[in-house]
Parts: sequence; structure tokens; C-alpha cells
Amino acid sequence: MKRIVSFITENFEKEVLESFEISSGLLRASNMTEDEIIEEISLSGLKGRGGAAYPTGKKLAQSAVFKSDVKYLICNADEGEPGTFKDRDLLKYDALGVFEGMVISALAVRATDGILYLREEYSFLIDELENILSQMRSKKILGHNILDTGLNFDISIFSGAGAYICGEGTSLIESIEGKPGRPRNKPPYTKEQGLFMKPTLLNNVETYAAINAIMKNGYEEFIKYGTEKSPGTKLISLCGNVNSPGTYEIPFGVTLKEIIEKIGNGVKNERNVKFVQIGGISGPLILGKNLDIPFTYEDFDKIDVSMGSGAILVVDDQTDILDFLDAVQAFFKHESCGKCTPCREGNRQLLNVLARMRKGIETESDIVNIERIAKTMKYASFCGLGQTAPTALLSAIKNCPEEIFRRGEQHA
Amino acid sequence: MRNIKLTIDNQVVVVPEGTTILEAAKKVNIKIPTLCHHPDQKIKANCRICLVETGDDNLDTACSTFVREGMKVNTKSKLVRETQLGVLELILANHDQDCLKCVRNGHCELQDLCEKFSISRDDIEIIPPHDIVIDSKAMDLLNPAIVRDYSKCIKCNRCVEVCREVQDASILAGAFRSTDYTVQPAYGKTLSQTLCTYCGQCAVVCPVGAIYEKSEIQQVWDAIDNPNLHVVVQVAPAVRISIGEEFGFKPGTAVTGKTVSALRRLGFDQVFDTNFTADLTIIEEGYELIDRISNHKTLPMITSCSPGWINYMEGFFPEVIDHVSTCKSPQQMFGTLSKTYYSKTRGIHPSKIYSVSIMPCTAKKFEAKRDEMMTNGIPDVDAVLTTRELAKLIKTAGIDFANLKDEEFDNPFGITTGAAAIFGATGGVMEAALRTVYEVLTDKELPEINFYDVRGMEGIKESSVKIGDLEVKIAVAHGLSNARKLMEQVKDGKSPYHFIEIMSCLGGCIGGGGQPICTEKCIKDQRISGIYYMDQNMPIRKSHENPYIQKLYEDFLVEPNSHVAHELLHTHYSARHL
Repeated sequence: MKRIVSFITENFEKEVLESFEISSGLLRASNMTEDEIIEEISLSGLKGRGGAAYPTGKKLAQSAVFKSDVKYLICNADEGEPGTFKDRDLLKYDALGVFEGMVISALAVRATDGILYLREEYSFLIDELENILSQMRSKKILGHNILDTGLNFDISIFSGAGAYICGEGTSLIESIEGKPGRPRNKPPYTKEQGLFMKPTLLNNVETYAAINAIMKNGYEEFIKYGTEKSPGTKLISLCGNVNSPGTYEIPFGVTLKEIIEKIGNGVKNERNVKFVQIGGISGPLILGKNLDIPFTYEDFDKIDVSMGSGAILVVDDQTDILDFLDAVQAFFKHESCGKCTPCREGNRQLLNVLARMRKGIETESDIVNIERIAKTMKYASFCGLGQTAPTALLSAIKNCPEEIFRRGEQHA
Repeated sequence: MRNIKLTIDNQVVVVPEGTTILEAAKKVNIKIPTLCHHPDQKIKANCRICLVETGDDNLDTACSTFVREGMKVNTKSKLVRETQLGVLELILANHDQDCLKCVRNGHCELQDLCEKFSISRDDIEIIPPHDIVIDSKAMDLLNPAIVRDYSKCIKCNRCVEVCREVQDASILAGAFRSTDYTVQPAYGKTLSQTLCTYCGQCAVVCPVGAIYEKSEIQQVWDAIDNPNLHVVVQVAPAVRISIGEEFGFKPGTAVTGKTVSALRRLGFDQVFDTNFTADLTIIEEGYELIDRISNHKTLPMITSCSPGWINYMEGFFPEVIDHVSTCKSPQQMFGTLSKTYYSKTRGIHPSKIYSVSIMPCTAKKFEAKRDEMMTNGIPDVDAVLTTRELAKLIKTAGIDFANLKDEEFDNPFGITTGAAAIFGATGGVMEAALRTVYEVLTDKELPEINFYDVRGMEGIKESSVKIGDLEVKIAVAHGLSNARKLMEQVKDGKSPYHFIEIMSCLGGCIGGGGQPICTEKCIKDQRISGIYYMDQNMPIRKSHENPYIQKLYEDFLVEPNSHVAHELLHTHYSARHL
């Protein structure tokens, strides 16, 4: 595991934790008021690390408003985005930090029941996670009156069934309730009526880990990294045709080129980068010639790219972009929940046109229609899954139309 | 509640907080296209056709988005029009568009939208004809009441909601994902393999032709054409109040005389009134109640005329079987009489009589095919047509319904009462029974004939009536989820009532599964008003005062609950298992 910085990933170094120590972050939080904890997180400028990048401090503050006998705090470890694996590593190397981040958040919003929603593919972690939870219970940082704060809070693990859609907050909640994973209508909002219609706070694994690290070191330390608008550090999942794929913690502001060349040790077989896909399979493409862009929210915003979960998929110049887009759409056709028309019907129609494009037999109207179908999905789908399913395709049409519309040319 | 000011297509609208864009748009006479939306149901937002622009480059579904202060809504920008069209085309890309042979041709919400957007199969722009796939061509034809045509389903989930939340049956559900997503009974079973009540509420809310009644129109034509058959027809109370809607009359307009007239023109040999056997049901059920109360038998007694309710009870609450009145429903009482009493008086062999009923109900089709509803191997009722099927029959025959002259029912089953008329509305059977039971038990005239407590759309209605020394406690429920609440009490032995009326469908038979499509609550209200207006204007308003009922007992049935009455007019129930 190679890291540029180790703010969040401090404990990754220790292969086995020699002794179980309560984090200084949790101890510090236990002596703070709810408002003080929320203020600290707000000042850090931390944004949700699952992909939506909603300011975490604001989310905590909104959640804290809703008082209830039962209040859920969920950690979304459904990491289903192909090409994303940083949450797996966080849970593998420093689950304690994640859990402590959950307890700190529970202190801030007065949650009573914590749930780690773990994707089915990560079941191999469960024994170790349960072990850590029971150690936390014996150290009294879970359970009744945690660190004399008056907070009663425990964490349980819920294993998902392996659907990509369950990474979407309300689908995840439906799944825990024993229902098929399909998104809910809002309102009511999760913060007010979420799991079992109780107030619920839901964050990504990395967000909780970051909360813990920020409480441990102080927000001042966190904002020393990064840029003014993207303070701190971020975990990335670097994968694809690079020599050293893996999870890395980076300060915001490093360029994509630096990430590929310095962290990833360059492209495999010294080939050129055709494009990178940002944020997982639901993300847009950035062409190889545009890799000088710094990895920050503000720079990505300028080119209308969403950072998503922090996945960076590097694709070399041997890959046919149509093959790639076909794989993307096939994934979404498989993972669509079927609830709304555009996502249910759109992916298959995109695949129909893509199949013709790969054979070089697309019609004039196919060229117009593929974009219309994709836009219908983007604008009309019920949830993020359908809205982002055509993102890669739309960005390819926008950035490299000559690469994909090659009518009459046989390939595939 | 706070008022919210917004603009829709540059028109200023002020609506209370919590109003959806769709509702707000209606106020300024803008009709946003919808498909999964149903005014009596929860917000679904699955079909995505009702998109409107709510900000720069942002679309929201009008059915599920609540108004915000200062919101600027555009319902017909280029982006809105193109995206709506895109959604519609994607729906059509997986829909069997053989509209001409569809039962809902001309009554289809999807077809209406296609007309509005001027598209048909061959000019769907974004999807070439060879990419139109119909995922499932499966048809569920294995029960006598409801047909499911999977090739038509647009996955709007209206049927799922009504089945689960209104009717408490949870037969239909969404299964699988993506293009495999299907609305079906669990494990892909047919309806006949489930505890489906055949209430048909799914058919009434279906926006397209994916769920409908199993038609018996052809069988009825064949019978009419057969010179060896004497074809009699009965018309249920709730049909006359709704069938007019199919011919341009306002909901709640009673078109009894025109219905009779149309049936004669169709070629039925005798046109009778189910209301007559509704009166008979009241006598039999009323005396059964009196017997149960006076002789301390099983109480509360529960009505038995709604076959959807009977199916539900046998499937979900078999514990309460002994509480349910043994009386057959009016349809079946009529069927039996048509093949016994009527056959005898007319001198026509029962096998030569073909008995048709016109019902607001799909479960009646199932009821007529039950083994218990046969006498000597001959079904009491041979064919059941829904209100919708009769309307179709009349249209097919080229009968100008609206301009027909009123005609009277034939006798002996033609004279009826206001008590029978109100069978069609929730609370009606209860009220009719009380009118009779009171007078039989006390031998005094009712001081107030109208029982307002049991009328109206409230899900569960309670009241009590002082009959002699006894305070008779009653309850009325309609919609099976409301029935469940009362049945839990009965099952636990905690029911405080003497007599309970249950109707399977919300509003009673006027809201039945065989009624004109898309019966919204406001239409039900109008039909109910029409029913009570009929009652008010009937010369006789109590069943036991019907002279032909009295004559029937003198000539044939001897007395209420007599041996012969039990033989012919009563039945039994058994638990339904999966």
C-alpha cells in the first residue's frame, strides 16, 4: 500500500493492531457538545465521499434536528461501483477508525442504532468486523452510556444481496427493511423518515473514517492538505491499465497525470492513455490529452465532471471505445432495478444501437437517436442509477464523436 | 397551512404548501400528461411522463414534486417536450401495440398519450421497429374472472398498490429487475394458484389493457342465437347507475329503463331485475339474523353477497366462516329461481333456460362457476357480463342507448324496492336489512327509514339500532383492508357487533371491478348519490313489503328460512388453501 499522505489511512501501516486503543478522536468528541462536533466537521470542509459530495457538516446539522427514541446511523459499505475498492481497504485495514467515526457521528446527531450495510461480496470481512465490534463493546465505546456521554449506541452488520442499486440511499434502506432494492420517492427525506420511517443518517465508509481522522487531528490539520475549495485528502481507487493499481490517499490538487505517472507508476507496457473514467462506471470520460487537470471538485466542475467515489479507471489506447461503452451499458442493463421507464427500457435500446455501431452498420437516425435515448435517461430517470447510466456514453459523444461514429467501418 | 406562490408557464399560481406541481398546474388549466399517476393512489413517479422543467436544465416529475416558493415551472419547453416524447417512445418500445384487438382500444391512457404526441408504432423516432421487443407474451387465462396480458403491462404499479393496500390481498408484486421486471403473482404463479379474490380492482385501475375481465360476450351471443334456449337476464343494482357513463351520461344517472330496453333489443327473452332477489336476500338474511340473535347462535353475523369478500374470507380468514350468512348472493338466488320456480311456472325445462347476469363485478364470474352454485349439475347462472361488457355488447349491436325509450322489467322478477336499490352502495345491505328486521321483530313501523350512519365512503362505519329491548350493534366495511380490521376482532372473539356488512370494493358494488374504467373516488361519490336518490323515489322502500316477494313465499318457498329456501337459496363455505 503506497500513500502520498496518511491522514485517514494512518493505521494502514500496522498490519495487525498490537493493542486495542481508543482513538483520541473519539475521546475528544466525547468531551464535546453535539454542536461542537458538527462545527468541527463543518470547518473541515469535508464533503460526502460516496459520490454526491454533500457537505458533511451540513448533513450532520440537518440530521441532529430530528429527535427520536430510535434513530439510525448507517454506514454505506455497498461499494458497488465497478473500479472502486477504497471502502474495502478501509474496512480491511482500519475498520476501527470507520466504526469510531460512526460513534462520533452518533454523538453528534444522537443516533441509537448503527448499521454497517456491507456489500455481499465483502462478506469475507464479517468475522474480523464482528471481532472489532465486540472489542469495542468490551471497551465500552459501544453499548450503554458510551464514555459517560449518556449515548446508547451499538452497531450491527447487515449484508446486502449484491445489487448495485442498493448503494443508492433509499434503496439501501428498502433492502434493510427486507424489500426489493428500489429507490423511494422523496419526500419524506431519509434524515426525517428513513429506515423503518425513523430519522436516519447515512454516510459512506470513507466519510466516517475522515470524521474520525479529523476529530483525532483537528480540522486545522485536515485543511492543510488540498485546495481552498477542496480541503483535505481523498482516497482514490486507481485501476485499469496502470502498473500499480490500488487504493491511495492523496491531497486534493494533484493532477490526473501525476496520479497515473507517479502513483500508478505509469501505463502498463508504456502505452498511451486513451481516456480515464472518473468515479466508476457511472462516471464520465476524460481523454488522454486532457490529463493535466487537478483532482479537485472545482476543477472537475469546470469540465462538468463529477468526482464520484474517487475511482480512476485508466484505459490505454488498445481499447476500442465502443467495446468499452458496450460493457458499461451491459452493466447498467443488468443492474437497473426496473422501476422507472427510462432506465428499464433505455439501456437495452442503447445496447441495440451500440451493437450496430460496433458492426459499423448504424443508420443515420441511430446517430441522432442514441443521444436522444441517453438524454431521456439522464433527464427522466427516477434515481441516480438511471440518470448516470448514459454518462460515459454522453461524454464520449461530446468529447470524441469521431471515435464512436465510424459508420461503414467494420470493427468488433 | 402556508400558501406557496409560483409560476407555471408564466402564470402565477398560489396553492397551499404540500401541493404537487401536477395539482397546481390543474388550477391554471394546464393538463400535464400522466400515466402511473392515479388520483386515489399514492405518488409513484415510475413512468416519468409528467416531467416538467423546474430550473435550468433540470426536469422533475410533476406528480411527485411539491411546489416551492418562487418556483418557475415550464411544462412545455423544448427539453420537456423532447424528454416526454422520449419516455413515451421507450414505453411503446416494450408494449404490444396491436391496439385494434385490445379490450381497452378507445379507453386506454397510453393510447390517449400517443394521440396527444402524434406517434404510433411506425413512427417512434428513437426506436426503429426491429428494436421493439415485447418481453413477455404470456397470458393468464386460467381462472374464470380475470385475464392478465403481460404484453400490455407498462409496469405502472397501480394494480400492485390496490391489491396490496386497498384490498389487502398482496397477490400482485414487482418481480425481477431491469428488462425482466414484471408485475406478477409471487413465483410467477397464475392467479388461479394464488388466493386472488378476483375483485377486479386491478382491472379498474389499469391504465392499459394488461388486466381485464374474462369476456363471456361470445357465449351470450351464442345463447341468444340459439333458438332452443330461453335466455333470461338479470341486472344488478349498481349497473343501472354506472352504465350510462359509457354512453355520455353523468356519473350517478340512473338509466334503468334504457338498460331494460337495450337488453330487449339485444334479444333476451326476459329481462329481470337482480333487485328482486336482493329483496329476497334481505328476507332470508334478515330472518337468519333474527334466528341467530333470538337463539344465541354465532354472532356477529356477516353479510355474504359480495363474492370478492367471500373469496377473501375463505382464503385469509377461514376462522370466521361460521359467522358468515349462509345466504347465497342475489345473483345466485336469482340463478336458482330462474331454473326452478321460473322454469316450473313457465313450463320450460331448466336445461333449456340460459341465465345471464349483468354485474358490476368480476368476482361474480368466479362465483357463478363455483361447484356450490350448481343444481343437479346445471349452473344456476350460465354467464356473467360486467357493466363494461354489456356496454360493449350494446355498442356492437348498434343500439343508440342514449335515445332509447324507458321500458319496465318483466315479471315476476321485476317489481322491486328501494331497499334493493341501495344494495349497490356500501352500507346498503345493512340499511335494507335493518328496515326489515326492525319491523319483523317489533311489528311496528320504523320511525326513521334512512340510516345515515351507515352511508358514505368512510372505510368502517359503526352504529347501533334499538330494536325492541335489544341494542343491535352494527358495523359496515368496504375495501378488504377495512374488512381485515373487523375480521381480526371477530377472529379473536372480540367483535362487539351483532351484524357486519362487508363489501369487497371501496364504495360497494358501485366501485366494483366490472364497472366503467378508472372509477375515481369523485365518481363513486356521484354514483352513491344516484343510488340513494333512486331509493328515495321508489314507491316501496322495504323488502318485506314487496308484493311479489310475498307471493313467491306463498307459491313456492313457504316461509323465510324454510326447508326449500335453505335448499335453494343458501350455501356453505370452505377454507381456500394454496
